[in-house]
Amino acid sequence: MAGGTRLENANPLIFQRSGERLHTANDEDEDVLDPIDDREIFDILHVQSINDPEHPLSLEELNVVEQMRVRVNDQQNTVGVEFTPTIPHCSMATLIGLSIKVKLLRSLPERFKIDVRITPGTHASEDAVNKQLADKERVAAALENSQLLEVVNQCLTSNARTV
Amino acid sequence: MAADSAILVGLVEEFVSGQQDSKAADTATGSCQTLHLTSSQPQTRARGVQLLSSVLQTCHGDLTEGEVVVLLAFYENRLKDHYVITPHVLQGLKALTKCSVLPPGSAVSILKSLFQDVHVQSLMLAERSCVYNILIQLMESKESELKGLGADFVFGFVQSVDGERDPRNLLLAFQIARKIIRGGYDLGKFTEELFEVTSCYFPIDFSPPPNDPHGITQEELILALRAVLTGTPCFAEFLLPLIIEKLDSDIQSAKLDSLQTLSACASVYEHKELAEFLPGLWASLRREVFQTASEKVESAGLAALTALTACLSRSVLSSDSEDSLNVFLDLVLKDCKHHLCEPDLKLVWPSAKLLQACSSASYRASHKVTAAVMPSLIEQYNSRTQHIFRPFSGTLAASQDSFDWSVFVHMVFQLSDTVTVGQMIPFLVHVLGATSLLTVLRQSDVKLAVDHLTRIVLEEEDVTVSTAVVESAGTLARLHPAAFISNMVPQLKGTDGAAASQEHSQQALHQRCVTALAAVSSHPSVVQETTPVLIQVLTSAHTGSFSLEEVIAVCLSLQRIAGQAEDTEENGQVFHDIIIPRLLGLALQAALNGENILITMVPVISTTCSRLQSQLAGRTALRSVSLFLDGDVSFLPENAFPSQIQLLKQINQSQMVCLLMGCVCSLPRGVEIPQVDRLLLELEELSCTCDHPLSYTSAAKCYAGLVNKWHVGESSGAVAKALLIRYHPLSTTLTDKLFSLLSDPELGSLAADGFSLLMSDSTDILNRGCHADVRIMYRQRFFTENSSKLVQGFNTAPQERKSCYLKALSHILTNLPRQVQITELPALLPLLLEALSCPDQGVQQSTLSCLQPVLLDPPSALITQLEALVGRMLSLITSPSMKVRIASLRCIHALARFPEHEIMPFRARVLRALATPLDDRKRMVRSEAVLARNEWFLLGSPGGR
Repeated sequence: MAGGTRLENANPLIFQRSGERLHTANDEDEDVLDPIDDREIFDILHVQSINDPEHPLSLEELNVVEQMRVRVNDQQNTVGVEFTPTIPHCSMATLIGLSIKVKLLRSLPERFKIDVRITPGTHASEDAVNKQLADKERVAAALENSQLLEVVNQCLTSNARTV
Repeated sequence: MAADSAILVGLVEEFVSGQQDSKAADTATGSCQTLHLTSSQPQTRARGVQLLSSVLQTCHGDLTEGEVVVLLAFYENRLKDHYVITPHVLQGLKALTKCSVLPPGSAVSILKSLFQDVHVQSLMLAERSCVYNILIQLMESKESELKGLGADFVFGFVQSVDGERDPRNLLLAFQIARKIIRGGYDLGKFTEELFEVTSCYFPIDFSPPPNDPHGITQEELILALRAVLTGTPCFAEFLLPLIIEKLDSDIQSAKLDSLQTLSACASVYEHKELAEFLPGLWASLRREVFQTASEKVESAGLAALTALTACLSRSVLSSDSEDSLNVFLDLVLKDCKHHLCEPDLKLVWPSAKLLQACSSASYRASHKVTAAVMPSLIEQYNSRTQHIFRPFSGTLAASQDSFDWSVFVHMVFQLSDTVTVGQMIPFLVHVLGATSLLTVLRQSDVKLAVDHLTRIVLEEEDVTVSTAVVESAGTLARLHPAAFISNMVPQLKGTDGAAASQEHSQQALHQRCVTALAAVSSHPSVVQETTPVLIQVLTSAHTGSFSLEEVIAVCLSLQRIAGQAEDTEENGQVFHDIIIPRLLGLALQAALNGENILITMVPVISTTCSRLQSQLAGRTALRSVSLFLDGDVSFLPENAFPSQIQLLKQINQSQMVCLLMGCVCSLPRGVEIPQVDRLLLELEELSCTCDHPLSYTSAAKCYAGLVNKWHVGESSGAVAKALLIRYHPLSTTLTDKLFSLLSDPELGSLAADGFSLLMSDSTDILNRGCHADVRIMYRQRFFTENSSKLVQGFNTAPQERKSCYLKALSHILTNLPRQVQITELPALLPLLLEALSCPDQGVQQSTLSCLQPVLLDPPSALITQLEALVGRMLSLITSPSMKVRIASLRCIHALARFPEHEIMPFRARVLRALATPLDDRKRMVRSEAVLARNEWFLLGSPGGR
């Protein structure tokens, strides 16, 4: 998938990882209901980090997904994530988007409608990728393809945390 | 030829010794002159001169001035003769220069004819050496005459040395050159020539031939040449460009030599010699350190930089000259500072080293460097924490001799005024705490620091900052107690008295003062000052105006003091004389004021007592026991108590027994407790008859504590524990009793909780801090002895009573070290699986947390039970208890690590079940579910695991 030995973006900027979410007393309190919020989605995408297909780095470190680009509405059951490819003509964009989508599908309750798209204006073929990612049938079909599923799973294999 | 000369020498010796009278030399001269000196054959004349010279070498001490004049005239004239004669003439001259009666003016004339008639470099090695020796000899004996020769002498020397190649002669030549430079000879217009003729050997590359009989080393040559080159500031304009040029060389030794030479000349130069070349030198030095190939070169470069900076710092400035130190340091800072802030940190270390080298040179340099670098370092420190700190503390450490601490302290605190206090202080604490520099602080600097710290304690509202400040004050106080007694304590004390207001900020201020007082109290002298202040606060608290929180804060502070104070007689005395009696007195007065205060006092008393030395401890034991048994209040301050008090009998005072517990249970082992039997009796009675929870538990604990230390006794769970941790033989009967209670329908659950008491660490008494007799591995031992009883009891117990056994088991397991758990668990597996379906949430949770580490490395016994395990765990993820849900999800996560073929059948079921907790009301549950579910998704999927 990496297309030979040449990396598309051989020297990406690396960003510092944000700290872990601080636990509050409410988190421990059985009686308080914790709503699903932006930070939680952001953590789902990062704590057990999704790896970049090209680099042994997590998407957070490459600043592909930022917390401010994650939007959740717990009441209306919607999650929207915008991601920013490291370079405007990144051929991995679809794969990254697919990985994010799969990760969220596996990690969120079924009631949520998940919308993954590219941050407007950051990719050459933004519309095409967005369309692919929004098409349920195509996502399902992609995951039937065992080769594609393998690559996606590799991105999702956590190397960071074992309980 | 050699044989000839040997024979000749023999003849001469014979001849001279044969003529022992004073005329010997004269006769010799006379006879020699008749001997072929006028021959027309140069060879013959040479032999004549050779003979004469040999004679002179042997008897130059006996010549008179007149004879010397004649001989000199003869020899100077002979220099003009045929070249074969010259070597012998030189030998003769050399002998003559050694004469003590050399007439005035003769040195000048010798040299003049020497320089004029002899071309030194066309002579043989030995003759050249002879010329140099003549020069050395004359410079020693006739220095003033030679100086009169002026620059001509230097010129003559330059001419005769030019082209010399033999190392032996070079050593001589360098010696002469050095004398010329150091001796104050007039170099005149030949400065550059003299420099050229010596510097052409720089850098010296010499490897002595094997079996060299002369033993000359490259090192010797290098040092001799360096002494010449660095001998005078006059060479600066030629030497510095040469050094810069040679630093570009690829040869390590050349670089090294250049750098060392630079260091050496910096010690004689002044700023005006250096000024012009600073940019070039800096560029070379920087390159050597940044792109260093060898450690030697690097350290030589740094040494040279230090020498340069020191030289610049030393120089005296005239009113209109530029401060070249500033100029130079600006150069250095410009090139280094930004590296400290660059994200890749590649050049941080070299830059830090360079800055370090500069700042270690002088006060002024270190002031300037620190002032320039500190702010950005601090900024870095805050954004990037540790990386930067190490090079920086290195900078400080290196410069501690010359480091101006008052400047540093001022600067740090000024920054803390202006910049961001909150970020500044942790940095300061690090600097102060992590380096061992504190000892080099001068008294005035310490005072300054203490003043600043006090001010921050009094004024800073931010909690993290004041905590950090208090910590650093504590560190500093350990080393400089006096400064804290005289400066900080009185100020804080002053505010304490006034802080009776209920206003929130006032309260906070008060809290800070109390904590700060506690933090600085480790040295006895400080403890003596601070504890009365704190006790005073407690006393006034008792009269009403303080809140409960403040009392608790003061108690915590006292406990901290007791814990951290140094183990000295003085501190023990303070504890014994002040803290214990006053606290007991206050407690007695305040006994009606509620349990909370008493409970906070217990640890203070306990910690204090545990720190007492044995004599004081004995006295304390006596006092407290007589207080509690006989109502003896004589040692308490403010003797205003009713004389007949019976602390262990009266209902509303019986809770005071917790203080007795804190006291006697913490005393060092070996301290004899008076009236132990009576005390035990009364305690037992109190614990069995009193219905006030604090009273009876304290009494029982106190009893247990006493038993643990001294006695054989019998009673409830706490007593059993006291014995158990001593491996006391009686303990088994007691635990058996507890086991049998498990099946009791009413007491079963309580008895099971008793196991928790048995196995867990108790914080108030019966721990090592209180000098209890705690044997190692008592838990393991208890477990191995009793686990079979537990299993057996479980199997025989009626169905409805089994849960008590499970509870007891889970209590025991939870407190057992992990390693033991893992090895012992397989045997208990059936019981544990049973425990998972036990309705008690506590049992479920502790069982799950025991199982989880085992699941990471599953024993085969577990795999056969997989069906039951998965089923029970999946049912627990909907438990009403959040902790049970989390624990079960962790176990399910761990199950995903089992061999794939074993767990694949469960995949669909687990994934389905895990969809529910994804929507759990608690975030912590959800995040565990996310981890577990993703792990299970990867199972058996391509690219997964």
